Amino acid sequence: MNQLRRTFLKGTGAAGTVAVAIAAGLLKPGQVLAAEWNKSAFEAKNAADALKGVGAAGAAKSADIMIKAPDIAENGAVVPVEVTSKIPGTTEISILSEQNVNPLIAEFTLSNGAEGYVSTRIKMAKTSNVTVAVKAGGKTYIASKEVKVTIGGCGG
Amino acid sequence: MAEPMKIRAQMQGDTADIKVLMNHIMETGLRKDAKTGQMIPAHFIQQVNVTVGGKVVLDAQWGYAVAKNPFLGFKVKGAKAGDKVVVNWVDNKGDKRTDEAAIG
Repeated sequence: MNQLRRTFLKGTGAAGTVAVAIAAGLLKPGQVLAAEWNKSAFEAKNAADALKGVGAAGAAKSADIMIKAPDIAENGAVVPVEVTSKIPGTTEISILSEQNVNPLIAEFTLSNGAEGYVSTRIKMAKTSNVTVAVKAGGKTYIASKEVKVTIGGCGG
Repeated sequence: MAEPMKIRAQMQGDTADIKVLMNHIMETGLRKDAKTGQMIPAHFIQQVNVTVGGKVVLDAQWGYAVAKNPFLGFKVKGAKAGDKVVVNWVDNKGDKRTDEAAIG
């Protein structure tokens, strides 16, 4: 509640239509908010806040989420990640690299027959757990896999 | 103007296997320009939307840590050969790109 209020106040304080739209979205959840970029989650500095930002705080660990990623990635700038969720009714898949400056990498919402599967390539700053959060039937689940990175891919 | 995407969509049984390769720099905003010492401003795709046969199947929000020239693969059950796949993206500077392909 407090978090929501603070975000709202920040939104109204700043000029510009985006801030106003976000503020409006917070007042009417599910309408405008769904179309807005989830700024607070993507700018979160640690994995716990990022998970909270995608609504997956306190998610249960699940063995039904498969993460296919290399054990050792020589180049952190391009790390292939393939996620398969065998949890029925998977509607959302989020991918995080816990040790990145901003851990949240991507959030996918699936609908109309899209299966619990996403394949993409991510950047990793250093050796870290790749964590995947899945939303299915109103519940959230997570799974992790460690990827060793020899050359970081987030600049600096 | 952004380069076109490559979209490959193929039926495997009753499921469409769709692969998209986008052309984008995906600049993090964390790197310094070696010559000037200035930070290179962030420039990355923030939202991706995919419809198959007119229905939204995937809606994604991305941070800067999706790799350069992003690859996206996903599967859609119940799609049919010939259905139109339309992929849209918008980046943080408001650039956008739409491309389409038919499921083969």
